[in-house]
Amino acid sequence: MLYDIWTVFWRDWLVLKRRIGRFILSRMVSPILYLVAFGWGLGRSIQVNQGSYLDFIVPGIIALNSMNISFNSVGSPLNMSRVYHKTLEEYLIAPISSISFVIGKVASGALRGLLSSLIIILLAFAFGAHALINIWFAIALVLNCLVFASMGLVAAMVMNTHEDMANFNTYVLLPMSFLCATFFIPDHLPTVLRWLVEFLPLTHASHALRGIVSGGETPVFSLLIMAAYIAAFCGIGVWLMEKVRE
Amino acid sequence: MIHIENFSKKFGERTAVDNLSLKIAKGEIFGLLGPNGAGKTTTIRVLTMLTRPTAGRIVIDGREASHQEQHIKSVIGVVPQHFNLDSDLTPWENLELHGRLHHMMPQVRNQRIEELLKFVELEDRAHEMVQKFSGGMKRRLMIARALLHQPKVLFLDEPTVGLDPQVRRRLWDLIRHLKNEGLTVLLTTHYIEEAENLCQRVAIMEKGKLIAIDTPMALCQRLGSYAVEWADEEGTKTKFFADRNEASAFAATLVTTTTLRQTNLEDAFVELTGRKVAG
Repeated sequence: MLYDIWTVFWRDWLVLKRRIGRFILSRMVSPILYLVAFGWGLGRSIQVNQGSYLDFIVPGIIALNSMNISFNSVGSPLNMSRVYHKTLEEYLIAPISSISFVIGKVASGALRGLLSSLIIILLAFAFGAHALINIWFAIALVLNCLVFASMGLVAAMVMNTHEDMANFNTYVLLPMSFLCATFFIPDHLPTVLRWLVEFLPLTHASHALRGIVSGGETPVFSLLIMAAYIAAFCGIGVWLMEKVRE
Repeated sequence: MIHIENFSKKFGERTAVDNLSLKIAKGEIFGLLGPNGAGKTTTIRVLTMLTRPTAGRIVIDGREASHQEQHIKSVIGVVPQHFNLDSDLTPWENLELHGRLHHMMPQVRNQRIEELLKFVELEDRAHEMVQKFSGGMKRRLMIARALLHQPKVLFLDEPTVGLDPQVRRRLWDLIRHLKNEGLTVLLTTHYIEEAENLCQRVAIMEKGKLIAIDTPMALCQRLGSYAVEWADEEGTKTKFFADRNEASAFAATLVTTTTLRQTNLEDAFVELTGRKVAG
């Protein structure tokens, strides 16, 4: 099973390796825009919790960017492979288990999320952010990448057209990128909306990352919530892989 | 080698395959014929473990599909109707991925990849991107991929659709060559001459049901060995005769242009299914 996970991962790694230069360059664009607009532009005049707004939003940007990259690295290629290219059949015909496929795919999506987060962290330092990065930070980041890579897998298995996939992005990921404690603390939102926001995984990611960066207590609860999301999405993913044959 | 008993597949209310039973022996090239929508592809998808049957029993290489799916997957090779190569990879990488998915040892795998690329005459293009390949090259690469792990049964779903006649003939030679090496081949086609050329036995399906199963020769002889074909206001008409003299005597009574020829599988197909198919 480990070998099969590696095989699934290996294929994606091969493709990534071929495009690594382009991958890194394109991943730098949106974080630079965020850092310029919110860090330099808007942020100059804002103070949050006695710190600079730049320091405040860097964890938020990392959370939302790792979400987008992890989700889209799995979601859109897998959806295309299932619906248009039919390359998913190559895996379905092979003597490997659905679990191996799911884990391999999610891991490779998470790797892309992590790489792009690393780029942001380096950029953020270049922009003059002060951040405390430790092992808990890395754990929270990995969990966030896994949450959204596995969500991407589920979406790719459920959505039947490329357009639906784009809609999923618009209706689920886009609102999360703005609402889930990425650019502001959601304490002042109307109660119902706040509950909803606190239920969403990205809120926990931004909360955990920000807590760790500012040197607060380890946000164990948020990490557990993220782990629960990963388990749920992977479970649904395996179930969908089995169901695809009915 | 392949044993299907009372197999049915329903998609909701629609029955794609209705109570199909057949046996295919080791080393046989078996053709599945039928008009579009007859249930050929569904049958192949179920036999290749891509779809599960609604009812019935399927045994391949002595193993029950319902219990030993993984074993069956390891002894079958599949060439689907559509091109499903990974276009982000080179031919070599496509084959390597397949070899890894089938748990081949690196040394054996590399050797097989080299052999098969030579076999399908793609060794010079091994490290180009698949995206740039023509239809014939892709089809050949898909055959190489299906054979990489030395399967015992090969499934070909419309293997020569959209290919040039030359490429098509080469593929036929290739399939015959594989049969001589003891491989069992199940292919679907709606090119009648392809079935006639390649298959020891053919089954004709229509609307999900098996309506005939025999050698191409026997199916033709059911109608009579000779056919007289002529056209009138209503269209082309054909009449079959067991004897050549009888056929030519009949042809002489007609005033229009007539053709006297041997009965072929297409005649059998049309008589049985009542429709003309492309090809």
